[in-house]
Amino acid sequence: MSIIFEKSITGRRGVTLPKNDVPVNAAIPEKYLRKSRLDLCELSELDVVRHFTGLSKKNYGVDTNFYPLGSCTMKYNPKICEKIAGMDGFASIHPVLAQLPGGHKYTQGALSVIHHLEELLCKITGMDAFTLQPLAGAHGEFTGLSLIAAHHRKNGSTGKTEVLIPDEAHGTNPSSAAAAGYEVRAVPTGPATGLLDIEAFKAAVSGNTAAVMMTNPNTLGLFNPHIKEIAQIAHAHGALMYYDGANLNAIMGKFRPGDGDFDVMHVNLHKTFATPHGGGGPGSGPVGVKAFLEPFLPTPRIIKTGPGGDNAGNVFALNSDYPGTIGKIAPFYGNFSVILKAYAYILMLGGRGLTAVSEQAVLNANYVMHSLKDHYYIPYLKTCMHECVLTAKRQGEYGVKALDIAKGLIDRGIHPPTVYFPLTVKEAMMVEPTETESREVLDAFAAAMVEIAGAAASAPESLHRAPVSSPVGRLNETKAARDMDVAFL
Amino acid sequence: MSPSDLKYSKTHEWVRVYGDTATVGITAHAQDTLGDITFVELPKVGIAIGQGGEAGVIESVKAASDLLSPVSGEVASVNNALLPAPETINSDPYGAGWLFTVKIADKAELDTLMDAAAYEKFLETEA
Amino acid sequence: MSYIPATPEQRRDMLRVCGMSSADELFADIPKTLIPPDNDFWLTEGVSEFEALAKCEKLSSLNNSRLISFLGGGFYDHYIPAAVDAIVSRSEFYTAYTPYQPELSQGTLQAIYEYQSQICRLTGMEVSNASLYDGGTAIFEACKMAMAATSRKKIVVDGGVNPVYLEMLRTHIANLGAETVVGGDDLIDDAAAAVVLQNPDYFGVIHDHSGIVDKCKKCGAAAIQSVNPIALALIKSPGEQGADIAVGEGQPLGIPLSFGGPYLGFIAVKKDMARRMPGRIVARTVDDSGRQGFVLSLQAREQHIRREKATSNICSNEALCALRAHVYLSLMGTEGLRETASLCRNKAVYLRESIKSIPGVKVTDDTVFNEFAIELPVNTDGVIKRMADLGFAAGIPINANRLLIAVTEKRTKAEMDDYAAALRGAVCQ
Repeated sequence: MSIIFEKSITGRRGVTLPKNDVPVNAAIPEKYLRKSRLDLCELSELDVVRHFTGLSKKNYGVDTNFYPLGSCTMKYNPKICEKIAGMDGFASIHPVLAQLPGGHKYTQGALSVIHHLEELLCKITGMDAFTLQPLAGAHGEFTGLSLIAAHHRKNGSTGKTEVLIPDEAHGTNPSSAAAAGYEVRAVPTGPATGLLDIEAFKAAVSGNTAAVMMTNPNTLGLFNPHIKEIAQIAHAHGALMYYDGANLNAIMGKFRPGDGDFDVMHVNLHKTFATPHGGGGPGSGPVGVKAFLEPFLPTPRIIKTGPGGDNAGNVFALNSDYPGTIGKIAPFYGNFSVILKAYAYILMLGGRGLTAVSEQAVLNANYVMHSLKDHYYIPYLKTCMHECVLTAKRQGEYGVKALDIAKGLIDRGIHPPTVYFPLTVKEAMMVEPTETESREVLDAFAAAMVEIAGAAASAPESLHRAPVSSPVGRLNETKAARDMDVAFL
Repeated sequence: MSPSDLKYSKTHEWVRVYGDTATVGITAHAQDTLGDITFVELPKVGIAIGQGGEAGVIESVKAASDLLSPVSGEVASVNNALLPAPETINSDPYGAGWLFTVKIADKAELDTLMDAAAYEKFLETEA
Repeated sequence: MSYIPATPEQRRDMLRVCGMSSADELFADIPKTLIPPDNDFWLTEGVSEFEALAKCEKLSSLNNSRLISFLGGGFYDHYIPAAVDAIVSRSEFYTAYTPYQPELSQGTLQAIYEYQSQICRLTGMEVSNASLYDGGTAIFEACKMAMAATSRKKIVVDGGVNPVYLEMLRTHIANLGAETVVGGDDLIDDAAAAVVLQNPDYFGVIHDHSGIVDKCKKCGAAAIQSVNPIALALIKSPGEQGADIAVGEGQPLGIPLSFGGPYLGFIAVKKDMARRMPGRIVARTVDDSGRQGFVLSLQAREQHIRREKATSNICSNEALCALRAHVYLSLMGTEGLRETASLCRNKAVYLRESIKSIPGVKVTDDTVFNEFAIELPVNTDGVIKRMADLGFAAGIPINANRLLIAVTEKRTKAEMDDYAAALRGAVCQ
């Protein structure tokens, strides 16, 4: 499909703007004027609509078919949430309105949504306070580590320079720790258990440890039952426990990170709470803390006051008077429309519904694992949580790799699982079915996987050639990186 | 087979010694593991590097690897011809794909490196 | 409301396939002592879609969207053509993930490539990424690139930079051993990693920063210019002024205000800085039979490969917001964007002239774009409250007696005349 700029026809217009209704034609002085050509495309509205409709047909979303991308929680995004986010009373409100003198009066609906979602997340996770400012999961990690740094600074603990992270962790954890100014120390996973090696952990933790970052269940889909013991060891060294909420979809109503002695955590609203991934964003990464870290949370915070300024009433207001705050992580209160969608989702499900979500998500993952265990090597064949890891080890004997299996799935109309992650498992394929998929869909996926396992043995070259049914075949990534054609200029 | 006139590090660099100068590259095994190399960042001429110190970066499509200097010393020259054609490292790792030269500070360090036979054995244990 | 399709019979069957008889067995690894008690929350029932809608409608009505807005401060109430909403509502776009499997994601990937092209054309740069969270984090990431490139830790922030962004920058660099100094170009020296400029500045004033950029080049500091993308239809682009890194907030490009987000950070550089860029970058290439296609490229910079050595921890981009900006710019085209920018400029000048004659009010004759600051003879807070009673969100207080007033192409002459009259009343009361 041609690039939009190639479709441009000089003189064509896509919009008609209102006429200038003021008796002013204020030229900008020559020295400030743009001299270079602007050169945007010139198209009609229909040209533009057809171009993007064409592009959308070359895309695959949750609404297209099964999207078992491990660690991404590609669940169904309820349509009602989009409708709510589009309501004029939310979509058109300028964020500064709430900060004007008396402005809280004009934004009670929006402020109450933020305050209420903070309370709900506290109940779901067992933390004491939340900020919804962080704009994505990685931004939440960065925020959480900044809070930890502020805590250590206040305590005068200057030698705390390291963050310990299990080697199976998502790459975001170490890079967020580095972005927050920390050195990273990887802790190995026990090869037999798939869980953090406690002895190695004990050897690694020291007075220099500022924090331990963990995901539980971890990226292998396994729940670590020794979590309180790990937290105890960390706390004995003055280190704080950080919980990466990437896998929260596995444990709602079953385990609260706060009860597992975690001090800080983030939640991915775009995973667990069903807000759309948008082709890569926007997300939202609220951060929850235990009470002792609350003074450091970003400002402004949303408080509940009474008409007379007391804390008892039902009037919501902004407060920036927190001397210990780390400052501002976002320009305002976070990705509000994402927050709103997550709020509506939690309202619709309630506590019972969220518990049912985790039960079904975990059942679906185990069901897929059991459906495939005779055909694929499963490095940790025990009860998994919301996702399971298979590998292409058996298919490797025929020269078929995880990538070939992934591309083979594309030809069978299904989005591949996450491949080559976690990095600690060779030829890994990580499947996260989510609770919104039916048994029929899981069976169809398993059937496709079994068929591919058969093709790997009988006709491996058919998988090397895959995909043949998609708009493009395998792309030359080497050429892409060397030529660096990243803009049509 | 790894050329027998070279010395090897555990991080898969090779060294060729001429008098006081060491030429450094990455091994055939290293370039094969990385895959198609798309970018190389070389050290600045004149800077001092310690043994095992970071001397640059080699990137392929899906991986990045720090380039470590197998010996300490001052960087004497770099192979600028690789910048527009990093794929040379794939096609000729022991020849035109050389990366930089170092004025050797301590010849004793060479004894800590492996010869070709030892490196081959090392590759077997790593696999 | 439930979105779980499994029936009770299916659940039993599926458990049996797993060799289990109850769902509790799935969670056997979680110690009993850690299972949350049945408290008030876990026992709550959900509500129907209709009830949730009704509740949210009520909440939405508690926000006043009828005030005529003169609020700006970097975030503006521009008109969003209906086609923008129609296109981004296609679920093939919004229910997709980051395009890791290029064969299934050519729509998202080509759209991002085209978005990158739009940003490069607007800013006069060569390489844009697939977007960042917002304009503030874009400034932070640009500063981080500059610090890595120069091995320096001092960041000079021009006095015209949005104070919200200054505060965000300070929060983000707090643990990196870096410092910010705020002021003019006399602060630029050989210790500076970067100089952050804004055009038009926070007070709406248009600048030519070429002289400051020259000074940066002499000192080896990176010149970072944060720009309003709509203003770029008229004013010198960062590329024309010689900036090393162009950044900005893309909200004006078809993204609703939505009480603070999601917005869109853009960042663009010349080719030699490409490998220091944070976030995703899409490149054009060919497939195995020579057809044009698009992929995520230069991934060796990123967190999933580089871990703690990555250029940034950012994984997500704001793809859907970037899509909005791209569709908006495609609809506007060269002439549409220029007309929009001219309308903003003319209306700002008109409103400033209308206010000038109010006794005690002082305005400047600076060259402004869509926003300007005025000085009031009375306290700003009181004026804002009185104006709100009259139906106007009057502007953003800068201090006790200065007010920042913004317009867009949506503000009519009649609204501005009413505003000026109301302000006269509010000031003279």
